[in-house]
Amino acid sequence: MSVLLETRDGTARDTGSPPARVRSPYPHWFYLPAAIVYGVLFLIPTFASFYFSLTRWTLFESHFIGLDNFVQFFQEPALVKGFVNTLIYGVVTSGAKVVLGLLLAVLLTSRIVARGYLRSVVFFPVLVSTIGVGLTFTVLMNPEQGLINQTLATVGIEGPGWLTDPSYALLSVALVDVWKGVGLATLIYIAGIVSIPQEYFEAARVDGAGAWANFRHLILPLARPATVTVIILSLIGGLRSFDLIWAMTRGGPGFTSDVIASVIYKQYQAGFYGLSTAGNVVLFVVVTAIVLPLSRFLNRKEVEL
Amino acid sequence: MTLTARARSWLIGSAAILVSAVVFLVPFAFILLTAAKDARQAAQLDFSWPSSFHFVPNLIEVLQARDYMLIIAYINSTILTVSSVAIMVVLAAMVAFVLQRRASRWNGLINFLVLSGLIIPPAVVPTIWVLDGLGLFGTMPGLIAIEVAFGLSFCVLLFRAFIATIPRELDEAAVIDGAGPLRLFFQVIFPLLRSVIITAVVVQSVTVFNDFVNPLYFLPGSNNATVQTTIYNFSGQFATQYHLLFMDILLVTVPPLIMFLFFNRRIVAGMTAGAIKG
Repeated sequence: MSVLLETRDGTARDTGSPPARVRSPYPHWFYLPAAIVYGVLFLIPTFASFYFSLTRWTLFESHFIGLDNFVQFFQEPALVKGFVNTLIYGVVTSGAKVVLGLLLAVLLTSRIVARGYLRSVVFFPVLVSTIGVGLTFTVLMNPEQGLINQTLATVGIEGPGWLTDPSYALLSVALVDVWKGVGLATLIYIAGIVSIPQEYFEAARVDGAGAWANFRHLILPLARPATVTVIILSLIGGLRSFDLIWAMTRGGPGFTSDVIASVIYKQYQAGFYGLSTAGNVVLFVVVTAIVLPLSRFLNRKEVEL
Repeated sequence: MTLTARARSWLIGSAAILVSAVVFLVPFAFILLTAAKDARQAAQLDFSWPSSFHFVPNLIEVLQARDYMLIIAYINSTILTVSSVAIMVVLAAMVAFVLQRRASRWNGLINFLVLSGLIIPPAVVPTIWVLDGLGLFGTMPGLIAIEVAFGLSFCVLLFRAFIATIPRELDEAAVIDGAGPLRLFFQVIFPLLRSVIITAVVVQSVTVFNDFVNPLYFLPGSNNATVQTTIYNFSGQFATQYHLLFMDILLVTVPPLIMFLFFNRRIVAGMTAGAIKG
């Protein structure tokens, strides 16, 4: 750096032009365009949300009402349900993606035929429109005519009303979320497993380790960074999830599959802007309060072989 | 590989192919088959071969529905995707370049903001309030700016890691040759980012094209429909016309499929970036 600056200074003097200010080739104003867009459309709304969540708000005028919105958020059963469901949805989808992603990655890094095809097939749903997937599975999960229950019926099982039964609706949507998202988790795990040095596996084979020992004592601990990534990414996605739930159940039956993000939308539609924004603040707190300590904890723990 | 090992790999492989076909391919086959059926057969919602093929009539009918709404939506989605990804990539590369090259007291703050952009859920109504104040609410430029703002973080992280692998000597040589910051960046560094830019463009194009939430909030109104809001609206309107609904879903699935066929490796590279270091 310093060499660079001196050279510039030197050339300026040689050509006899007025002594130029020593300027870095990496000017700070490169930040400016991005900072304006990001600041105006992301940072300002985020900060503003803390104030407006304390108001009764019509976009044109706001009336300060203290913590009333939050009180309402944690008193109305429909809204509390959304809060609890968000946690369930986040944990279930994230957990399932870790387990299934890891198993699929182990399978798809082993020596089996058609590996490339399998990887593609598992990954492709990640790229497909969430709304399209949601509507397709809504039809497939139709209690009487849907393909899933018809198939179950042929083997003598009476399938549940996946999306119409209040006790299954949220988990059914979570299931589709896992179907759509497990490909990404698998890919991340594959990248993690492939980066494990082959010498370890050779040493393990010399020591007579079997497939299980390989998995338990090599892959599991050494794929830890991948596990951390999968957990964090799918938690962030799962806690914020909106479009799949909206496409499949719109929070129903009743409000049994509502999550915070769908509550935010419903309150926005109903014109309760202050309450909707309070929902945003709650979601902000939930996501950061779970993701930040978790990522710190997971990243700190050392790999033990 | 010994013979038994080969037999076992073949056995597990074929079992995996079978299961994957049932779990992952049947839903797509269902979309395709239903899109080809006539209205009556499609309404049965079953997984069967179409008794007669109505693929082309369905296609024409869905394109003509509601005054060629889907075609308008495709144009809107294309404008949205192309402009927001182009702007996002250039702005993020500028940030990543200075962030990686120059140690200053801003770096801590900027790294913090980049990570915040990945984690924090955007505040919906306050964003509408800001857009409204700027006169951009419900307009395409407003939505483009929104997608840029929300996509910057991912791109900055991707680019910063890549720029770290470009030797500084290159910058120094360019500066000695008299290049200013703009020429250094746009003529020396930016072309070298080609491969990572392709990755970012592909991943973000798919993300923006598939985005449903932001158009729903920030670009309301049926004249402004994007492809994703169109299927959502069709699902209400065509509640009984499943052949049209699934033709629409099929049409929306095609662009990501094309991206996937051509840029499989790039997408994988972009989406697993950071998996190793965590």
